[in-house]
Amino acid sequence: MIKKILIIGLLAGVGLIFFNLLQVYHVPTELNNKLGAYYAENAATQVGAANIISAIVVTYRGFDTLGEVTILFLAASIISFVLKVRKEDIVSDRFTSPNSEILIYSSQIIVPVIFLVGIYIFINGHLTPGGGFQGGAVIASGVLLMMLANPSMKVSHNLVAFVESISGIAFVVLGVLGLVLAGGFLDNRFLPLGEFGTMLSAGALPLIYIFIGLKVGAELSNIIGTISYNQNEKNS
Amino acid sequence: MIVAIAIVLSVLTLVGAFMTIHSKKLSIAVISSGLVSLTASILFLLLAAPDVALTEASIGSGLTTIIFFYALNKIRQNHD
Repeated sequence: MIKKILIIGLLAGVGLIFFNLLQVYHVPTELNNKLGAYYAENAATQVGAANIISAIVVTYRGFDTLGEVTILFLAASIISFVLKVRKEDIVSDRFTSPNSEILIYSSQIIVPVIFLVGIYIFINGHLTPGGGFQGGAVIASGVLLMMLANPSMKVSHNLVAFVESISGIAFVVLGVLGLVLAGGFLDNRFLPLGEFGTMLSAGALPLIYIFIGLKVGAELSNIIGTISYNQNEKNS
Repeated sequence: MIVAIAIVLSVLTLVGAFMTIHSKKLSIAVISSGLVSLTASILFLLLAAPDVALTEASIGSGLTTIIFFYALNKIRQNHD
């Protein structure tokens, strides 16, 4: 009883605080933040990307993106390490109830479209909303749908490792090229900026985003593949 | 019109969050946490953040839900 009264009191207190915040909140009509104003004014001319968020994420704050990708890589490798299944523990005839035919056949139609949307998102990362991370996540959800339709499918470990390591190395090499040939780490201006708003613009930014997208897609697919493969382990 | 949609979505998000905590069956809890992510992603879209909405929809309501189901299946196997 006391616990419930305490919870209700806590909720009322939080509500009061947020009500006060709501009272003093006004919608900002101009960028009074100097950094934000700088990005809004200079991103189009300095980076040449129509999508300012991509310009910030990949070039101005590119080092943070490298950190994020590293964290995801660590998470994927730790999951593979913890959920490792030995060959002799695999049950070859695990009982799975048969999938519905609607799921199987519709997944064969939808999966290529999902892959196409994912690739579109990261290739157009410098023009439209989204980018490498989002495109990679969409590709991984396509892999997930394939795995739901066919539970015995196995994600090829060699392929994932190959794509992941190649794109990781390429991402860092592009960053160092920016450091050597242009202004700083992950500077995209060592390739010509091109015409603003076209497919081949913003220097090396589309290249960087393609590698980030492949890396994220491979890592997330690897996580799902490991967890799905782990379902075949014998009960201890 | 947009305000009405946003209010309906916010109420749905709250209902989903409540069901996640209070439902007796774990599978219903997992599905309603996916519902929270789905409605939140539409709210992000209405708040003019399409890239956040993309991430939330694909990771929050897609991958996480299925990974929870895999984990649930594994726990049930070990209990039998």
